[in-house]
Amino acid sequence: MPSASGPLVLARALRKTFGSFTAVDGIDFEVRPGEAFGFLGPNGAGKTSTMRMIACASPVTSGELRVFGRDPRTEASAIKARLGVVPQADNLDAELTVRENLLMYARYFDIPQQVARDRAEELLAFVQLAERRDSQVETLSGGMKRRLTIARALVNEPELILLDEPTTGLDPQARHLIWERLYRLKRQGTTLLLTTHYMDEAEQLCDRLLVMDKGRIVAAGSPRELIARYVTREVLEVRMSDEVRAANAGRLATLGTHLEHLPERLQFYADDGEQVLAQIHQMGLPVERALVRRATLEDVFLRLTGRTLID
Amino acid sequence: MPNALRIVQRNALVYRRTWRGNVLMTVVQPVLVLSAMGLGVGALVDRGGAALPGNVPYLVFLAPGLLAATCMQTASFESSFPISGKMTWQKNYHAIAGTPMRIVDIVAGELAWVALRLLAVAVAFTAALFAFGAARTPLVLAAVPAAILTGLAFSAPIMAFAATLKNGGNFNALFRFIITPLFLFSGVYFPVTRLPEWLQRAAPWTPLYHGVELTRGLVLHTLTWPSVAVHLAYLLVMCGIGTVAAVWTFSGKLRA
Repeated sequence: MPSASGPLVLARALRKTFGSFTAVDGIDFEVRPGEAFGFLGPNGAGKTSTMRMIACASPVTSGELRVFGRDPRTEASAIKARLGVVPQADNLDAELTVRENLLMYARYFDIPQQVARDRAEELLAFVQLAERRDSQVETLSGGMKRRLTIARALVNEPELILLDEPTTGLDPQARHLIWERLYRLKRQGTTLLLTTHYMDEAEQLCDRLLVMDKGRIVAAGSPRELIARYVTREVLEVRMSDEVRAANAGRLATLGTHLEHLPERLQFYADDGEQVLAQIHQMGLPVERALVRRATLEDVFLRLTGRTLID
Repeated sequence: MPNALRIVQRNALVYRRTWRGNVLMTVVQPVLVLSAMGLGVGALVDRGGAALPGNVPYLVFLAPGLLAATCMQTASFESSFPISGKMTWQKNYHAIAGTPMRIVDIVAGELAWVALRLLAVAVAFTAALFAFGAARTPLVLAAVPAAILTGLAFSAPIMAFAATLKNGGNFNALFRFIITPLFLFSGVYFPVTRLPEWLQRAAPWTPLYHGVELTRGLVLHTLTWPSVAVHLAYLLVMCGIGTVAAVWTFSGKLRA
């Protein structure tokens, strides 16, 4: 029997391969009720494949996966009845209006017509599309379409919502509105499972994160823990000419706790960035530009893999 | 089955907005062809003393065959671009597959919708026959299910094909090299016995031939039971294999 208080999602040695390509390479994780759980990683890290397996849209290659304590292989319909899915690319019904999209989607869940009507009105208000209820979907902006897709995912009052890159490609205003709505859902007790390659999104929304790279989990924890564990409090970014970098590589490496060489800049990890900058000035090295900032998840990822999240 | 009806409901919702243009194409056009060919050409044929099966006037000969062929055409169209659109271009089916709807529900629903469209076409067509005075017995009504089955036999495999396409280009080949030749050489406008020997031999292997023979035979009462069984079996097997193939190609796209 699926227990009420157990994890909503449980994965053990979960793998997904497409021919000879391994998209997900034996990962373990649990998603607990009420939390906002995120997969952070660059394109191709295996985030979407993992989400698709949870959504019963992609068969598990090997390993164990349980959603609501059930097996996606044999109980897909029962799982899907309790899930809300917001895919990476909007797949709204372009031949229907905004409101009809919600009503029709409710019918696929076998929700009675009257209940569906009431819920559609509530959801249109929730995602601020009430005024556009009779518009054709094509006339909506990208942010509106994404909000409608989120409303559609809520039509069956899901216990768990899967969001695959919920704000990719949206302008900052549209992103903030979506974050705010998702934050509200979280406060109402809905469990969120999202993928992102934006560290700010992960920091804003996620209680707990898995950092993924090439199908594997490279780190796990809350955004704060990850930053504390893998990077320093501050980061100093310095631009200097290639010649200066090459000639002083040895001396520069002794500064701060760690130095990362990027094509266009040097990143010094240090608890006091200003102090490192002062040391560079003392060496008499010509600095083109320097910036001290707080460390982010982007730095965690860079530290773990030597690459940036958005390539 | 109730789940499949959701797809019918969805298509009906869309159809509410587009039916005017559609009715014009599916109903008015066959009626025009029927008048031109049946009455115009028919007058010449009948005067020439052609020997048609059952010794009926040309209009009476033409009508059931044209009905079967029209159903083939409507079903083929409805199963091509709209299906590819929902699978590849708009990805509606991906959204539906995220709900408790199963892939068999989606395929069954689309076939049920096509059947409903064919029913409308067949009923309108039969009404026209009564109006023209070409329907002399209630047997004409037997043409309706026969023509719908003919359409579905095309619908299912074309849906299976449509789900695999990345663009609409291949449909042009389908219509140009398969649907149109079948329309012309399956005994719709003239008995296949007028074809060259080798085409006559090829005809029983092609699907529309069976649809036309069955529909016309039921109306004109010129069929033996064994041949009814053969025509029915051909169309039912084609429909069945096509449905299995469609579930397979839909699954390939929706569950990878």
